[in-house]
Amino acid sequence: MFELIIWISLALIASSSFLLMIRLIKGPSVPDRAISLDAIGINLVGITAIMSIVLDTSAFLDIILLIGILAFIGTVSIAKFLEKGEIIENDRNNQ
Amino acid sequence: MKKTGLKTNDLILQTITKIVLFIVIIFSFHLFFAGHNAPGGGFIGGLITSGAIVLLLIAFDVKTVKSILPINYVKVAAFGLLIAILSGIGSFLFGVPFLSHTHGHVHIPLLGDTHLATAVIFDLGVYFVVVGVTMTIIQTIGETE
Repeated sequence: MFELIIWISLALIASSSFLLMIRLIKGPSVPDRAISLDAIGINLVGITAIMSIVLDTSAFLDIILLIGILAFIGTVSIAKFLEKGEIIENDRNNQ
Repeated sequence: MKKTGLKTNDLILQTITKIVLFIVIIFSFHLFFAGHNAPGGGFIGGLITSGAIVLLLIAFDVKTVKSILPINYVKVAAFGLLIAILSGIGSFLFGVPFLSHTHGHVHIPLLGDTHLATAVIFDLGVYFVVVGVTMTIIQTIGETE
């Protein structure tokens, strides 16, 4: 019963990632694609957590936090590129 | 992409960066010290530390980060290589081949019985090389006008 629930939730997250992939390909504007990429990253966190339950190991728990940090930094840098045109500024106070 | 000449106010990003930065750096130290018995090590620890500094560079700018962390990252990479070589040469003092590592249980007053390994010194060298090389690449690209 527990195993069935695990596989069903894994299939649901996978189909959610698939639908987000459609938005990533079709998305009319760039922010649509950025948000769908961020949500795919968060779905990847869920997939990693469920797979670590399936494989009965705690070795992947660091990966979960790692994907969260990388998704945050990546999304912030995409947002800053869309907003200002450059990701790392030289001097923001007097330019 | 168009460049807006406007001054933007990144209050939310800068406040979140000030909190998240310490969590990310502590996580990188955890990965560095967990490398002996669990997934982790000097390479991924150095990458996460440089990821934290990159977050600081995104939220602020190159000049501010240079005033917070006045570090020449090329020297950090050279220092890491020096530590790694010295940890290998140190094995000559005990009459064993190059890069021989040992470990043992040491009683430390506050921490109790601790399992210490000299491979951590080599891993520290890897950590500094990774931080130095990554930050040199990113700062060199980011400094272009």
